[in-house]
Amino acid sequence: MTTVATETDLYRADFEAFAAGRPATDPSWLRRQREEAIARFQERGFPTVAEEDWRFTNVAPIARTAFRRPAPGQAAGVRTADVTALGLGDAFEDHPLVLGGPHIVFVDGRLARGLSSNAAEDGLRVGGLADLLSCEPERLEPHLGRVVRAAAPSFAHLNAAFLEDGAYVIVPPGLLVDKPIHLVFLSSRGDGAAPTLSQPRTLVVAGRGSQARIVESYAGGPGAAYFTNAVTEIVLEDGAVLDHYKLQRESAAAYHAALTAVVQGRASRFKSHSFAFGGRIARNDVQQIFAAEGGECELNGLFAVAGEQHTDTHTVIDHAHPHCTSRELYKGILDGKARGVFVGRIIVREGASKTDAHQTNKNLLLSREALVDSLPQLEILASDVKCKHGSTTGQLDPAALFYLRSRGITEAAARSLLVSAFASDIVGRVGIPALRAALERHLRQRLPGLRDREIQEAVL
Amino acid sequence: MLEVKNLHASASGREILKGVDLVVKAGEVHAIMGPNGSGKSTLAHVIAGRPGYEITQGSVLYKGQDLLAMTPEQRAREGVFLAFQYPVEIPGVSNVYFLKAALNAIRKHRGEPELDAMDFLSLVKEKAKLVDIDESLVKRPVNEGFSGGEKKRNEIFQMAILDPQLAVLDETDSGLDIDALRIVASGVNQLRTPERAIVLVTHYQRLLDYIVPDIVHVLLDGRIVKSGDKDLARELEARGYEWLEAPAAP
Repeated sequence: MTTVATETDLYRADFEAFAAGRPATDPSWLRRQREEAIARFQERGFPTVAEEDWRFTNVAPIARTAFRRPAPGQAAGVRTADVTALGLGDAFEDHPLVLGGPHIVFVDGRLARGLSSNAAEDGLRVGGLADLLSCEPERLEPHLGRVVRAAAPSFAHLNAAFLEDGAYVIVPPGLLVDKPIHLVFLSSRGDGAAPTLSQPRTLVVAGRGSQARIVESYAGGPGAAYFTNAVTEIVLEDGAVLDHYKLQRESAAAYHAALTAVVQGRASRFKSHSFAFGGRIARNDVQQIFAAEGGECELNGLFAVAGEQHTDTHTVIDHAHPHCTSRELYKGILDGKARGVFVGRIIVREGASKTDAHQTNKNLLLSREALVDSLPQLEILASDVKCKHGSTTGQLDPAALFYLRSRGITEAAARSLLVSAFASDIVGRVGIPALRAALERHLRQRLPGLRDREIQEAVL
Repeated sequence: MLEVKNLHASASGREILKGVDLVVKAGEVHAIMGPNGSGKSTLAHVIAGRPGYEITQGSVLYKGQDLLAMTPEQRAREGVFLAFQYPVEIPGVSNVYFLKAALNAIRKHRGEPELDAMDFLSLVKEKAKLVDIDESLVKRPVNEGFSGGEKKRNEIFQMAILDPQLAVLDETDSGLDIDALRIVASGVNQLRTPERAIVLVTHYQRLLDYIVPDIVHVLLDGRIVKSGDKDLARELEARGYEWLEAPAAP
């Protein structure tokens, strides 16, 4: 216990310095939220493998690293010309920064004005949280910090304690946003003194009957060691339609913890597409709740890791009201000594009749040393519901491999083709062409056998 | 074209082929018959290079080259084709586009120019007619959701596209109703040319009513115990395999 106390004490001390340095204009409700959050974090400490939800993922390397909060003002002046100097050139190139709509870029958790463009369609409000907090905090008060529940991972409370910047997207009622909104979170190498900790917060409010698509991208310079601890809160008001994409391509030495908390209003439709490729240790939590009847939720995910990477996804779909439908498909591709975790919980609360829930997790192990733990969990407390879940883990089908080779396809190409085919239904669900192309490009880089254009064409 | 000499092959430590001798010349159609477990499919798989078999003795020459030293893809590029008894379903992989990649790899190997999309699609149109297979079907994921008959027709369609010199058909007749059998047989017959050798592996004589072989072999307990003309197949149909005793091990 003493070590835990020491680790959290450091954050408590840092919090005191942080809170003292905050401007007097910070609203009191936010100050109170931060105080509560640091207290909760200190009480809970960093998660340990003794906790059910963390038994497959040891975050001790994160807990024992002394991270440094980047100094304020640093990111504001970053321009396109600087990204290479920050070691972000590759991360930048591989990301289709401009997806045709507004893009808000953060460097080490703070808005980089010089890289951003919030030229948005009529009525849509997109920008940096710090800006909105200083001028119109009342716009944020009803939702900010209120979607994350007390039972959320303690990382989420750590994020809340230091909440100062991040992105907001406010879609007014009835607005149909045509172009995708891109939120980009980049981490720099830092100054070399200590690895950087960035804790961006994103708030998305999709107004009644609105429709929008949002992409969150996370990336860092190759080989850079840093920690991204992100929280995204998403509110769908009645009848809202929101497609949410998350592309996690952190550096192979980085740590990434993220919570996406979603609350869905009546007859709203939420679709999530999560791609997790990076990080030394990456943990992705999605916690969704149907707060009214008639909602639909679709969670799609692909994690692909290799080497010594560890990636962990925990999702919760909470059918708290009747007549809601959820579909979940997560796939994992693991190579080298990589380890993957998928824990998907579906809760059907008492009275949530006519619930229709499907959950599937499929994993592909490409090496003998790769490992995955898959735990689909159904908790059904209602009657008259349709629920189905399943999980499979296997290797490339030797019969399929031989079939392709017997037609003249090389072994390397056949392997790559089968891996790519495994991922293709998830990638195929991406509705933003530029993003899909970037994902396909990324998979091709990982799969050397796919370099041949004709082999690429064979992937459906 | 194909010269199998004293071939011994094992799988998981059990010897299945116990000294097979077989010579197939260009233009010939050979039928290999035998009861279940006699080693027919193993012989087909060993020729195509399926991993998992250990060759303990003997040799296989194909066009004078050591076939056993080649990878499955090298064999395919040299003109060997196996029509699978159980064609594999491969979701997410396009049947025609994977075939296009395969055909162009083979053409490149032969020193022929690669086909572009237009030429390839007209080839697909032409060959689909051969086995009366719907064009929309061949554009689907490889064998996914195909009926048994559609899978077998797709195998012959692939054979027609890839234009092999040696085609081994592993129980292509099994599970087909008579109409599908006629279609498949007619497709194979149209692919009989003086340059091509075809080896039909089959359990039943029925297929040989439609594809008349030049030579029929009986494989029993890992050895070819009798060879003859097409009448041997009829005799086997009438008398079964029991009258052909497995020879004692040498």
